[in-house]
Amino acid sequence: MTNKISVSIWRGKSDGEYQTYEVELRENQTVLDIVTEVQRQHEPSLAYRFACRVGVCGSCAMTVNGVPRWTCRTHVNQVTKNNSLTIGPLRNLPVIKDLVVDMKPFFKKWQTAGASFTGGKTRHDPVATISSESPGRKAADAGIECINCAVCYSACDVVGWDDSYAGPAALNRIWTLVNDERQVNKRAVLDAAFADGGCGSCHSQGNCTRHCPVELSPSESIAALKRSAFMGLPKTGAVESNKIDTGADRES
Amino acid sequence: MRASLQRHFYVAQRATALLLAPLVVVHLVLIMIAVKNGLTADEILSRTRGNVLWAVFYGLFVVAAAVHAPLGVRNVLREWTPLSQQLVDAFCVFLFLLLLLAGLRAVVAVY
Ligand code: SF4
Ligand code: SF4
Ligand code: FES
Repeated sequence: MTNKISVSIWRGKSDGEYQTYEVELRENQTVLDIVTEVQRQHEPSLAYRFACRVGVCGSCAMTVNGVPRWTCRTHVNQVTKNNSLTIGPLRNLPVIKDLVVDMKPFFKKWQTAGASFTGGKTRHDPVATISSESPGRKAADAGIECINCAVCYSACDVVGWDDSYAGPAALNRIWTLVNDERQVNKRAVLDAAFADGGCGSCHSQGNCTRHCPVELSPSESIAALKRSAFMGLPKTGAVESNKIDTGADRES
Repeated sequence: MRASLQRHFYVAQRATALLLAPLVVVHLVLIMIAVKNGLTADEILSRTRGNVLWAVFYGLFVVAAAVHAPLGVRNVLREWTPLSQQLVDAFCVFLFLLLLLAGLRAVVAVY
């Protein structure tokens, strides 16, 4: 007798409903494997999104038993409750179909919040040498490995009720920019982070940090942004050579 | 609007919170003492009249509260109501002026 698991999967758009499938349990199965099995064996029209299957691309995030997760790195036996699984689309983003959400609002907010790098050099200039020991590099390192999965965005209640809120991932990115020696005009970047819907809207409860699959801490980055309103821009540390002139960004 | 305005609002709100904490404690203790000893209005006025220290204390209190409260109300209204930003801002400017003028008027009245 094979072991089966009962899997409820969201079908349709936001006005859809859950449908339940009996899926065979195997060794070392991830939640993404289960979704794939449902699509291959039960429901060929099931829409879902994935690419790398190894936790790099950030495209497979879904809501599993009420919790936002990267499904390719979530083992079924970690999350199954009473031999059943409920898999839905990410919260806080419009559902396109089934488990696929529209990521546009998530990425658009990165842009409107000013969470994109602007350098002051061209490709003809020498590459900036940044010491791995410099405080700026260390601070940026702590937040840089974001895979843009929107798990934090989905976990954040403020995103849920305040349309204008940029969300944890974009603000985490801004904190890495503020610590990047190559970023120009950091004062303006910081000001943008404080615009309405910016870091001042964060309630600091840390749901983002709790759920980030790569263990970043957007809530700490946001707290650090808030602190820099008082303390001035963080010191990024000396660059040994090829120092990039970032003009006014060292003032505090 | 200057890009840094929101950042200054943020700083102003937190800084006034810091300032208000001890002021509120002193104010509450003061009220308890005044009520406990059964001070009359006249007795209270006789202590506050011409007393620069109390005028400065409550003047500071009023300014800090007038800055702090509208900024907090602004955040709540922004987050929880569908009111337009202009309406919220206008209301908060009104609230600021109201608290400031009414408060300072009271401070002047007992001085
Ligand atoms: S700490 Fe801030 S960004 Fe993170 S979930 Fe809470 S409100 Fe959202
Ligand atoms: S901060 Fe973490 S949870 Fe948020 S998008 Fe980046 S990797 Fe995903
Ligand atoms: S499929 Fe790439 S992170 Fe899961």
